[in-house]
Amino acid sequence: MTRKQTLVVIGNGMVGQHFIASLMESTARDHFDVVTFCEESRPAYDRVHLSAYFTGKTAQDLSLVPDGFFESHGITLHLGDKAVEIDRVAKRVTSANGIVVDYDKLVLATGSYPFVPPVPGHDRPHCLVYRTLDDLDAIRASAQASRIGAVVGGGLLGLEAAKALRDLGLETHVVEFAPRLMTVQLDDGGGAMLKRKIEALGVKAHLNKNTSLIDDGASARHRMNFADGEHLETDLILFSAGIRPRDDIARASGLDVGPRGGIVIDNHCRTSDADIYAIGECALWNGQIFGLVAPGYTMARCVVAHLSDQEHAFTGADMSTKLKLMGVDVASIGDAQARAPGALIYTYQDGRAEVYKRLVVSADNQRLLGAVLVGDAADYGTLLQYCLNGIELPEQPEALILPATSESDQPIGLGADALPASATVCSCYSVSKGDICAAIADGCNTVPALKTTTKAGTGCGGCAALVKSVLDCELKKAGVEVNNDLCEHFPHTRQDLFNLIRIDGIKTFDALIEKHGRGLGCDVCKQAVGSMLASQWNDYILETAHIGLQDTNDTFLANMQKDGSYSVVPRVPGGEITPDGLIAIGQVAKKYGLYTKITGGQRVDLFGARVEQLPAIWGELIAAGFESGHAYGKALRTVKSCVGSTWCRYGVDDSVGLAIELENRYKGLRAPHKIKFAVSGCTRECAEAQGKDIGVIATEGGWNLYVCGNGGMKPRHADLFATSLDKATLIRYIDRVLMFYIRTADRLQRTSVWMDNLEGGLAYLKAVVIADKLGMADELERQMAHVVDTYQCEWKTTLEDDNKLKRFRHFVNSDQPDDHIVFVEERGQIRPASPQERKHFRLIEEVA
Amino acid sequence: MNRWIDVCGVDDLQPDSGVCAQVAGHQVAMFHLPKLDAVYSLDNFDPIAQANVLSRGMVGDLGGEPMVASPMYKQHYNLKTGVCFEDASVRLTTYRLRIADHRVWLQVDEHGVPVAMPIATP
Repeated sequence: MTRKQTLVVIGNGMVGQHFIASLMESTARDHFDVVTFCEESRPAYDRVHLSAYFTGKTAQDLSLVPDGFFESHGITLHLGDKAVEIDRVAKRVTSANGIVVDYDKLVLATGSYPFVPPVPGHDRPHCLVYRTLDDLDAIRASAQASRIGAVVGGGLLGLEAAKALRDLGLETHVVEFAPRLMTVQLDDGGGAMLKRKIEALGVKAHLNKNTSLIDDGASARHRMNFADGEHLETDLILFSAGIRPRDDIARASGLDVGPRGGIVIDNHCRTSDADIYAIGECALWNGQIFGLVAPGYTMARCVVAHLSDQEHAFTGADMSTKLKLMGVDVASIGDAQARAPGALIYTYQDGRAEVYKRLVVSADNQRLLGAVLVGDAADYGTLLQYCLNGIELPEQPEALILPATSESDQPIGLGADALPASATVCSCYSVSKGDICAAIADGCNTVPALKTTTKAGTGCGGCAALVKSVLDCELKKAGVEVNNDLCEHFPHTRQDLFNLIRIDGIKTFDALIEKHGRGLGCDVCKQAVGSMLASQWNDYILETAHIGLQDTNDTFLANMQKDGSYSVVPRVPGGEITPDGLIAIGQVAKKYGLYTKITGGQRVDLFGARVEQLPAIWGELIAAGFESGHAYGKALRTVKSCVGSTWCRYGVDDSVGLAIELENRYKGLRAPHKIKFAVSGCTRECAEAQGKDIGVIATEGGWNLYVCGNGGMKPRHADLFATSLDKATLIRYIDRVLMFYIRTADRLQRTSVWMDNLEGGLAYLKAVVIADKLGMADELERQMAHVVDTYQCEWKTTLEDDNKLKRFRHFVNSDQPDDHIVFVEERGQIRPASPQERKHFRLIEEVA
Repeated sequence: MNRWIDVCGVDDLQPDSGVCAQVAGHQVAMFHLPKLDAVYSLDNFDPIAQANVLSRGMVGDLGGEPMVASPMYKQHYNLKTGVCFEDASVRLTTYRLRIADHRVWLQVDEHGVPVAMPIATP
């Protein structure tokens, strides 16, 4: 057996890690002992989504290294240790900590560093860069002592950095040398639209600004003096003016580097030394540096292939990109600037919806060369496939970007079927349509299964919609019917059933199943239909015809706990409660011996009520002025608020007042799933509105509306839906969004998942709600008005009806309680007894 | 000797839903499905949830078999056989229940204890 060779990888960033992971999946892994140096204190993490670190993601969430990866593969990792010297004659690498490793093959994945323009004053305190997690920690610390932040550089990374500053609550500015934002990716029209959109989000862009000096400010820490004589005062400066390849170690060891930096590589990613490779942003191929992750990954795979004696050349990379900047969709494909001679240009601009689209087409009008999309990038997948695969364009290419003008006039999409098997669907992991089809043939018939098997869609995620449509298309061809029936009793989707209920005026489950279903029904369809009937007609849910449609929580208007007891939550609109209210709740809890806990929705939950106690408890709560909190229902739960401008020094508007008004408006609204709101009085966002189904944030210009956020199992940051609204418009939009959700969502689908699955996504929802594209806005508002007008406190109605109260007993033939419900004391309150404790009590009883 | 005891009035049952009766210390869930003109009775104790809650479950059918869904963790039990749809090794005891003279009657033994129906052989 031949001796294993030593392979040293310098740099454990995204590309270095991708190289090692790919090597471990190849046959070449058996030939090498792998040693890697990582300068940072953490192994590889996702730099593409770095700003998520400020919106709740942890370093662990961003990590790209599975637990135990290095150990299980026998890889030696030198963490927090930088390789400082390469001796190419002795074939030896030395690190800053003095570790010396002899190599047979060496891979340089040293990446890049942020370019800081040599402006006098650039090295003042609170002048930072945005590249690593450590940089982010420094930015966060600086932001705590700052009010205003400015980013130097309006490129892709600069705008990401601006988002980070805005997320940290700073007044944010972007200073760009060029006359437009994202110079590399966009044309003038796209850049102008992007500027308008980010300024609407509160980020001010300063173009054509060349910073000549940074010195002390009068009202802020720094003053940035521009060459044109103007200036900007700011407390924090972030440089994001491009990247430079980190080629110092290569340069010092005598490897060829480009005139403006970058380690020169050939088509196999080899440097001028045949045993040394360079990949990622430190490498210069054909005079080009590739500042995106996908080409770096491609280079990594090329080196793995070369080490495995396979022929696989690097031949350049597609620099198309799609991203969301502060909630604004931006995409750039191919020759976005129309540099090709004779290229034809098609442009579409919608001033109201703030959408800009541009196609760059070959002189013969046959092929797509490039595209720019701002504000709506839903067409990205289709256009990219046209461009990459040279697919012949339709006779009128403009149809690809023009909106549908009526419902029958669907935009021309490129069906997944039209793509050749060789078409690259996921460029991050280089997954072709053929790979996906093969996985489907092997039994992957869900998107998550495909993601696990092929890795498609797990990088930047830009191809997720395309992966889904390839899947749907293949399943359809294979004769697999995609069954969206509600359940075995109704051969209809929830949305279809909702329309049938509405149009046929159906008022009961029995009428619906007789006309459109079969059998007796089950817990799935009964609850779903009960919810739809309530959303549409808003009858009392314990009407005889509806009572069998409610699960136990709705039947007993309380939340069943693990031992069969219930918890009770009175409504506390906006979380505002009087001392008398608190005392009343306390007295009830004390009288009935209930466990009390403050909920996440700013109210009080009372646990341990037996079913027969519920009416008496509610009688007292209602007498004290409380109403049902609908904590048991798939319904509006709470509208959380911060204290707002009434008390808070920073408050911009009365968040509590608005929260109370919204909670009282939508209380009792039944929906496919629970709905939570929050209202914050300023952009510090203490009410956490961006994690709610409906979030409202006060700004100087009015209310900003966010939709479809979620905490819970799969947190989703809400999408910014509309800005600077007056209250009447805000409520109108919320009415429409909620009713549209109620009508079109699947059963038990939260708004977050609904949005992720909504064809056309946020842009489509805006078109329906704001531009009234479907002409149904009035009807949605009328339906909401009906629900609002017919609100009743279900507990009040129930207490007035002796017949309904008959159900609130454990036994139909005895007034005794359920002897299985047993409590013990813990921290001064009750809790359910454990099985061991229960057994113990039973023994004592038997002895007695 | 087995006999029938009067548990409650028909009006005490909830159509398309359940109630619970206490008989000789046993908790018995009783369900009335008017569309099948049938009443069913089985243990109120859900062995998976470890709580006395089945009478508060939703009823209907699965594949034509009458069932109740546990309100706790949503397993389905066959109202005729007591067998759990999700895990056939779990079976609830079922009892004989009938309606006569607008009253609901449960079969009990000489000690007044509800009589378990024999396990149906397939």
